[in-house]
Amino acid sequence: MDNLLVKAGGWLVLVLLAFLAMVLAVDSGFAVHMGIIMAASLIALWVTISKADYAAIGRGILKAPADPEKYDDDPIRWGVIATIFWGMAGFVVGLYIALQLAFPVLNLGLEYTTFGRLRPLHTSAVVFAFGGNALLATSFYVVQRTCRARLAFPGLARFVFWGYQLFIVLAATGYLLGITQSKEYAEPEWYVDLWLTIVWISYAVVFIGTIVKRSEPHIYVANWFFLAFILTVAMLHVVNGLAMPVSLLGAKSYSAFAGVQDALTQWWYGHNAVGFFLTAGFLGMMYYFVPKQAERPVYSYRLSIIHFWSLIFLYIWAGPHHLHYTALPDWAQTLGMVFSIVLWMPSWGGMINGLMTLNGAWDKIRTDPIIRMMVLALAFYGMSTFEGPVMSIKSVNSLSHYTDWTVGHVHSGALGWNGMITFAALYYMVPRLWGRPKLYSLRMVNWHFWLATIGIVLYIASMWVAGIMQGLMWREYGDDGYLVYAFSEVVTAMFPMYLIRAAGGLLYLAGAVVMVYNVWMTIAGHLRDEKPMTETPHDEAADRPLVAVPAE
Amino acid sequence: MTTLTQKHKKIERSITLLAVLSLVTVAIGGIVEIAPLFWIDNTVEEVDGVRPYSPLELAGRNIYIREGCYSCHSQMIRPFRDEVDRYGHYSLAAESMYDHPFQWGSKRTGPDLARVGGRYSDEWHVQHLIDPRQVVPESIMPPYAFLAKKELKPGDMSDHLRALSRLGVPYSKEAIAKANEDLLTQVDPMADSTDLEARYPKVQIRDFDGNPDKLTEMDALVAYLQMIGTLVDFEAGEAQEQPR
Repeated sequence: MDNLLVKAGGWLVLVLLAFLAMVLAVDSGFAVHMGIIMAASLIALWVTISKADYAAIGRGILKAPADPEKYDDDPIRWGVIATIFWGMAGFVVGLYIALQLAFPVLNLGLEYTTFGRLRPLHTSAVVFAFGGNALLATSFYVVQRTCRARLAFPGLARFVFWGYQLFIVLAATGYLLGITQSKEYAEPEWYVDLWLTIVWISYAVVFIGTIVKRSEPHIYVANWFFLAFILTVAMLHVVNGLAMPVSLLGAKSYSAFAGVQDALTQWWYGHNAVGFFLTAGFLGMMYYFVPKQAERPVYSYRLSIIHFWSLIFLYIWAGPHHLHYTALPDWAQTLGMVFSIVLWMPSWGGMINGLMTLNGAWDKIRTDPIIRMMVLALAFYGMSTFEGPVMSIKSVNSLSHYTDWTVGHVHSGALGWNGMITFAALYYMVPRLWGRPKLYSLRMVNWHFWLATIGIVLYIASMWVAGIMQGLMWREYGDDGYLVYAFSEVVTAMFPMYLIRAAGGLLYLAGAVVMVYNVWMTIAGHLRDEKPMTETPHDEAADRPLVAVPAE
Repeated sequence: MTTLTQKHKKIERSITLLAVLSLVTVAIGGIVEIAPLFWIDNTVEEVDGVRPYSPLELAGRNIYIREGCYSCHSQMIRPFRDEVDRYGHYSLAAESMYDHPFQWGSKRTGPDLARVGGRYSDEWHVQHLIDPRQVVPESIMPPYAFLAKKELKPGDMSDHLRALSRLGVPYSKEAIAKANEDLLTQVDPMADSTDLEARYPKVQIRDFDGNPDKLTEMDALVAYLQMIGTLVDFEAGEAQEQPR
């Protein structure tokens, strides 16, 4: 009873504090956010009181311990649903802002729906909400199974999940309200950053705690990557988020750094949000689900050691390539370029290790659409980690920087690598997590695969053309020695490319809709009556000896 | 190579070793690359004319940040012939030395704004922000008509200046104390602006949005846009530049 009282009391105090902060807030955005926090605390209070087992407390016994024979999969099931939910939200907003660039009337003339406010909503929704939930769910899934141990601190694991969702809601509503630090992929303001820090440290505690209580002597390679991702993101987030709030009861803060130093800190963060959030973490995913789905061991243990350490060492240096030819000192730019090019090798180490794991099981690309998704993901990982070093070369960057080529590059990584490997992991986990014999439909996975693939191809091809065209038009001189194109003419030239890009996004979204239906039906326990993906044809009528028929 | 895998077994059997070594490995790059920028003197070479933002400019800059203008507009002209021809003198590190946070941007869906100050009239900016396509038919910029209607409520500007001065921006005690007053003085051509001009050289004083009855967010944003990139006098510096 004491425990329940303390918990409920704690939530009540939080409700009151949030209410107080809401009333005293110096700006309306902060008041809205405190209202959201108050509502979240109220829900937590209500759940604490209503879910308590009063009969057990009355009899003076503790709650029955969870079944030690089973992995702690509740937060993972929630994480799978959250991944799909936020993914859809992120894809829809992405398609919408892509259309805004072709048809500016879609900005609707409202302050909440302008491109400037929706763009961070899109990037954060896909990177942190979709990708972040996918990483939470898969890391908890993988760490339990490769350590042969239940999650450490189950209560804290639940706090991590719900705390992270609160972070997403605060960040997303903040963007719409215009609450932003303007640092790309780190837009949330100081108090949301503080909240994320608490959630993230709890995440590290649960993850490392589970490894500590492992039953296997070795820590599996997937967990190295998850660990590096968790630790590095903590470091990046804390340093880049350093800021001075204007008031402790207001949303606005000023970044601790200015100008050159702020720019490099931001891109040290920004590039490693890619390097650790979207690469190391997802490689962890790859190192578990690819061998499992292919039923083959990882290709090379040695390669995984070499590419793990070189990848995490080199990635951190690559940030300055976002600042070529700016006011950043030349030495830092050159250092960034050199390390970016060297980074190509460990990146491909990961791709090779993943692809070669299929050694002896290559036929599965034909027969298993989930494997096909994984292979495509690795192929796009390889492609974009080759394209990245190319774009980091200063002379290439002088053309590509500030253009849509960068946008295309990011999406070949995000849609191709992160998206596809996540979908494959979801398709792997869903039947297992909900105790279903198999997915509702494998043919729908195939549909998802092709819709997404065609979508990505349209997206990146149009952005290559758009980006290179922009770069060339901006720098084009006529015989008279004057610039040929006004900026507005370049904008006009983008229109067909923006349309094709939106079409690509629509196809990718359509594929995701097919996934939602498939996952929904799988969880509901249905099996689609469909022709299997592969079946050696069997003709009963032809299966007989040939009997000579006398001629007429 | 067997020795490598043998040695690595020690690391991968210990979460402490693995975590500590990973953290050390990822810390090195940042320490070597970023930390020196804070103490190498020539990272930001001193330039005459650069000063902290006036309260109105700062309020305008905060609107620029709030609306996510940096998503589509850079403020960093690279030292290329075409960029200098199109936008003006390339950007210097010192020009953003008081920018918490920096607004260099990463994408030019719209043109660079590092030297937009003084290029267009206030009326042009107001019309363009209210309905971009009325002024530039090819534009795909969102309309910001609401700025002209919304009253400017930046909160207590003294708090803003104090937060920045804690981060090293050289605002004097007087500047902090008079921040709210200075904000109002900058939009009122009738007021005594001697102090304001002494504190913020080259400050532009007028009603920016064409509506003197009301202090709007449009006033602040246009005041900011009209001063971007105007603080350094490049013509005076030209004679000192060595032709190669």
